[in-house]
Amino acid sequence: MKKYFFPALKLTAVLIVLTAGIYPLLIAGVSKLAPGKGDGVTVENKGRVVGYANVGQNFTDDKYFQGRPSAVGYNAAGSGGSNKGPSNEDYLKVVQERIDTFLAHNPGVKKENIPAELVTASGSGLDPHLSPAAALLQVPRIAKLRNLPESKLNDLVKAHTDGPLLGMFGPSKVNVLKLNIALDNL
Amino acid sequence: MNTELLGVIASYALTLIIAIFLGRYIAKTFAGEKTWMDFLAPLERFIYKICGINPKEEMNWKQHLKALLTINMLWFVYAFFLLIFQDKLPLNPDGNPGQTPDLAFNTAISFLVNCNLQHYSGESGLTYFTQLFVITFLQFVSAATGIAALIVVFKAFRDKTTTKLGNFWDFLVKTNTRILLPICVVIALILAFNGTPASYAGKDTIVTMQGDTVGVSRGPAAGMIAIKHLGTNGGGWFGANSIHPLENPNYLTNMTEVISQVIIPIAMIFAFGIFIRRRKFANIIFGVMTLGMLILLIPSIIQETGGNPAIAKMGVSQLTGAMEGKEVRFGPTATAYWSTVTTIISTGSVNGFHDSTMPLTGMMQLVAMMTNSFYGGCGVGILNYFIFIIIAVFISGLMVGRTPEFMGHKVEAREVKIAALVALLHPFLILAGTALSSFAIAHGWGANWAVQPGNWLNNPGYHGFSEMLYEYTSSAANNGSGFEGLGDNNIFWNVSTGFVLILSRYLPIIGPVAIAGLLAQKKYVPESAGTLKTDTATFGIMTFAVIVIIAALAFFPSLALGPIAEYFSLY
Repeated sequence: MKKYFFPALKLTAVLIVLTAGIYPLLIAGVSKLAPGKGDGVTVENKGRVVGYANVGQNFTDDKYFQGRPSAVGYNAAGSGGSNKGPSNEDYLKVVQERIDTFLAHNPGVKKENIPAELVTASGSGLDPHLSPAAALLQVPRIAKLRNLPESKLNDLVKAHTDGPLLGMFGPSKVNVLKLNIALDNL
Repeated sequence: MNTELLGVIASYALTLIIAIFLGRYIAKTFAGEKTWMDFLAPLERFIYKICGINPKEEMNWKQHLKALLTINMLWFVYAFFLLIFQDKLPLNPDGNPGQTPDLAFNTAISFLVNCNLQHYSGESGLTYFTQLFVITFLQFVSAATGIAALIVVFKAFRDKTTTKLGNFWDFLVKTNTRILLPICVVIALILAFNGTPASYAGKDTIVTMQGDTVGVSRGPAAGMIAIKHLGTNGGGWFGANSIHPLENPNYLTNMTEVISQVIIPIAMIFAFGIFIRRRKFANIIFGVMTLGMLILLIPSIIQETGGNPAIAKMGVSQLTGAMEGKEVRFGPTATAYWSTVTTIISTGSVNGFHDSTMPLTGMMQLVAMMTNSFYGGCGVGILNYFIFIIIAVFISGLMVGRTPEFMGHKVEAREVKIAALVALLHPFLILAGTALSSFAIAHGWGANWAVQPGNWLNNPGYHGFSEMLYEYTSSAANNGSGFEGLGDNNIFWNVSTGFVLILSRYLPIIGPVAIAGLLAQKKYVPESAGTLKTDTATFGIMTFAVIVIIAALAFFPSLALGPIAEYFSLY
């Protein structure tokens, strides 16, 4: 082993400089040209930074589109899911409560139209999106509270729907934060 | 066809195209032929010079293993102490504390062995300094270790009889400079330009639209996320891994990450065939591995898009499938694909939490890690598969009454013993570990432990058992994903999985390298009519059968207690 010790030691030092020193600095340097300059992309509303474009946030007021349940309360200091198994009885009770709560806040909505994502926690706890169906389902409630025509809100959701990548790959989704900013500025 | 399925098919197709070119390039690089990356040669010469290495000095298989183990030991000591003292080191803008010794032990080993089991959350458990100088560094060099070990095996079968198997340092350096670093720069920039943080700025605090004050963790993550996938490491920058919207912001980054984790494992298969001039042999291996992947993938997609039957009973719509633990921007199809890919190869990164997937999907993840040889991790995937080839050669030889031979060398008792030991070690470590933890819970061990065994599990019943089984399977497969509900940051799990990690990394590297080295020394027997051909579909099926039988016999009882029992309780 002795024969290999010193080459190993020196090579370790060189590889540390290369992979942990130079490489991340290079990426950070080039990323200055990227949106957000590598610090993360923020979103403004009326001149104030209200959040990160990719990070979801909590909306409890019925006048806003509400995102998915979060296991970390949408605090991006941390992240995480519920890690509840599909057959866990306590977990299933929580899901049932979420369905009941949603129905109470959205009179007129039929249970079979509630997409599962609205009553299940996201993996990151910071999911910034909803499916278009989940956003459209909340339109009648918001329209009533804000005295706006439903058609106008439906159009707003459609305008904020991001289709699949290149129109071909992956699901369609709506960024809840951006949608709510647009809603406030109607 | 729906866009989610199309996304998965496109991901696999792109993977294959890149892997074919990359395979040729890797074979050329290690055969010493000209490539367009030769402009890096002066840098490499400079590295050899300051390290006092002669890259032309040929090593035999024992010298290779000595070099490998020496440098790995150094890395462990280095990583362990940095993690403990990280609070006293620079680049800690969030003021995170040092790791406890048992956690540092687990973390250092876990990243050293390319596993990336994480018993901490990146936001609070590490500093930017250790994220880069321990985690990122080990993610590069542990992947390079696996690849270098495989190149030794390549060398052993290239020539008829040889003890000269190249230089270990040369393989290690070139894997970093010629393969990992250049590709990582491309991946990292794709991520950074799609919203992944890359600067050294610390945690941000913002006031949200409705007035909540929340933190947003950040950091130089893009580079680390690139190597985490390319090197089949899998450990995330953030606690939620690639589910986190900054670690994996959109469908494009999702495709990039899921593609980049499989390109080297598949490319190494093709590189093997080109390097030893037996392309048909490599194509058969690729065929068997792809068959294995599809058998695991298809049920996973069906299960996840089908939704949770217990939630279906409540009367809501599950058109988008089972969404607990998943993200809207990926959808269940892409998450099912990722969960299969990340477990057949040894990445262990996730884009949806495995603990919340359907029982049979969970079983597919477990079986993927129990077999651990369909594509497999960087370099080590083929080493694992090689063990099964040796066993298949031996069994087929017995069946047809011929002397077992592989690549023109007689396979004798010593090689078969090594192969059998390595093959049996894997189920032994998994089942013994799970038995030990189950015993601890059942018999009320550790009444004065900080986290008592009764509080380990996040889910009751069969699923709780699966959480423990998964943790040891993931450790033994050097995978690193988890049923993350398990309360694993305590001395029992940190230490027990730590030992499983060491044994299941180094023995499955030492074994195949030793077998290849021993075979290469033997007299070359030219192929004759009596030779058992290893490059036929029949032999491929034989190898597949060996894998299935070893996995099925060893693991079926434990699977029946966990995911299978849960399945029947749900449906």
